[in-house]
Amino acid sequence: MSYVNAAFYAELVHSFSDWHGDGIADAALRERCRMLLEREARLLDQGRFEDWLAMYAAQCIYWVPATPGGDPRREVAVAFDDRRRLEDRVFRLRTGHAWSQAPASRTVRLVSNVEVFPWKEDGLRVRSNFLVSDFRTGETRFWSGWCGHRLRLREGRYEIEVRQVNLIDCDQNLRNPSILL
Amino acid sequence: MNTSTFFDGLVREDRVHRSLYTDAAIFEREMTHVFGAVWVYLAHESQIPNNDDYVTARLGLRPLIVVRDSQGSIRALYNRCTHRGARVCRQERGNARTFQCAYHGWTYFNSGKLRGVPWPEGYACDFKDSQFNLAQVPRVESYRGFIFGTLNLDAPPLKTYLGGISDQIDQWLDRHPGGKVHVREANRLKFKGNWKLAYDNAADGYHVVFSHRSLLEMENRMRADADKGMSFYLGKPDEAPMYVQVFAHGHHFKDKRPNIERRPGALWEKEAPHPGMAFFESAIRQRLGEKAGAALDLAAAEAVNINVFPNLSILGNHIQVFQPIAVDETDTTWYATVVVDEAGELGGAVEDVNALRLRTQEAFPNFGEVDDAVNFEEIQRGLAACEDEWVYMHRGLDVPGRVRREADGSLKAPATDEIFMRSHMQEWKRLMASQPRISVLR
Repeated sequence: MSYVNAAFYAELVHSFSDWHGDGIADAALRERCRMLLEREARLLDQGRFEDWLAMYAAQCIYWVPATPGGDPRREVAVAFDDRRRLEDRVFRLRTGHAWSQAPASRTVRLVSNVEVFPWKEDGLRVRSNFLVSDFRTGETRFWSGWCGHRLRLREGRYEIEVRQVNLIDCDQNLRNPSILL
Repeated sequence: MNTSTFFDGLVREDRVHRSLYTDAAIFEREMTHVFGAVWVYLAHESQIPNNDDYVTARLGLRPLIVVRDSQGSIRALYNRCTHRGARVCRQERGNARTFQCAYHGWTYFNSGKLRGVPWPEGYACDFKDSQFNLAQVPRVESYRGFIFGTLNLDAPPLKTYLGGISDQIDQWLDRHPGGKVHVREANRLKFKGNWKLAYDNAADGYHVVFSHRSLLEMENRMRADADKGMSFYLGKPDEAPMYVQVFAHGHHFKDKRPNIERRPGALWEKEAPHPGMAFFESAIRQRLGEKAGAALDLAAAEAVNINVFPNLSILGNHIQVFQPIAVDETDTTWYATVVVDEAGELGGAVEDVNALRLRTQEAFPNFGEVDDAVNFEEIQRGLAACEDEWVYMHRGLDVPGRVRREADGSLKAPATDEIFMRSHMQEWKRLMASQPRISVLR
């Protein structure tokens, strides 16, 4: 579990710093990425958190910055989880005593505007927009923003190395941000 | 209405009336009689290090610009154009020598003084008259980097208001190189409930194993981690050496340090796993050798809650601010702090310490506070039951032998005692029945 080190942080920040070019013009590749994102959204909506975790690499990061593009070496994040902490997060939700999710939110997610960017030889970066409807205790609220996924091809399938969730209101006071975004 | 009798009826020795949390008229009065009458935390000096730096803040509901003006004086300007009332500053932070209202172009120096208005020949008045300057908080004082303001000309000096709690702020700061910290961004949360629900929770040792049950189970889920985190609350917390202490003016203190061995590195050893722990701990140990334990303790959550009535709670390494939005809505902002090491006391390890410290600070807002906030919201919902009038806070009251009076007049009680709530509610009652001499400066 010691993969989060100074070099890891540097590469992480670097890999999410530039989304300015055009995406890769490859419809089949884009469709493959879209299927991965839609599957991820469905697993979360279905509450299949262990299956969702299985989409992530052994050395992964789930990252919700607290300022646009915020550097985790210099700032706290809304969430910054390595594999252990992400498993902790799921464990906590599964205890039945995580009152912020008891009763649990009902969610439905829309994923769109999928663009694919290069990342190293066997990787990809994927940018997408999202809207999560979060219904709990009589109210429906919405989480929106864009995601950056960093994927790595491993044994013929893409696994998620890093997911950066960029809430449009990430630097504002958030009410019950306890769902997996 | 005899206000004293009225508030005596709402705040009893052992309980308070539900209307303290639900009544919009009481909330409106709090904005003047509590938030207008006492020293309220506004911002930290490290957020405005240079002349002309500003952050926006609030005093109660009043929108403020907390600015280090061009002469270096810290001021709390009303963010409200003298002309028609629009906020003159719409950014949350920045650096500006003047603020120009976007509506009709009235412009103010960052001292609050009116610089000019468009086409003044259309006015018969003299704009040098101070009545046209921005209003500002008449008394702004800092205590070791913490900026407070009050509108009450009769309020005691800030240091007097803080009283015994200032010793705890000193101890919290003095564990850091140079005796200071810098504020860096925040975990920002909100709940649909009254602001006092957060302050009532600030020294509450009774809720921990219930409200935070999932966090405790998570932190201790591996056998090797059985004594990590807040595990000292398990069993009978009143028999643990930690305690709650109450001071005058509604301030209180939760001291969990006695649960932890007094040696360098012991606090760090209580930290549950978090990202980067193995690498950065190893780097710090290699660099500092025997001195590594004390440096690692700076990355661990300090085991105290230092609560300054009405809106500040220094806990772990956070500076938490309670911001009322409405009678049933509150923002709680958990400002992260980092270590600064201008004298090189940490032998170059400060960046590694902060890389750990940022991650430890994310843990509680993520896995603890969200559950408290939902419980606060459930109180707000439950209090809709209007015939069921009372909220109890009598744990420990009249139980012989629980409370000890210290030489400084403060009171100490076991960890789960609600004496701290009763204390700040008595202060609240006194303030609500008083007549503060509130004014602004121009």
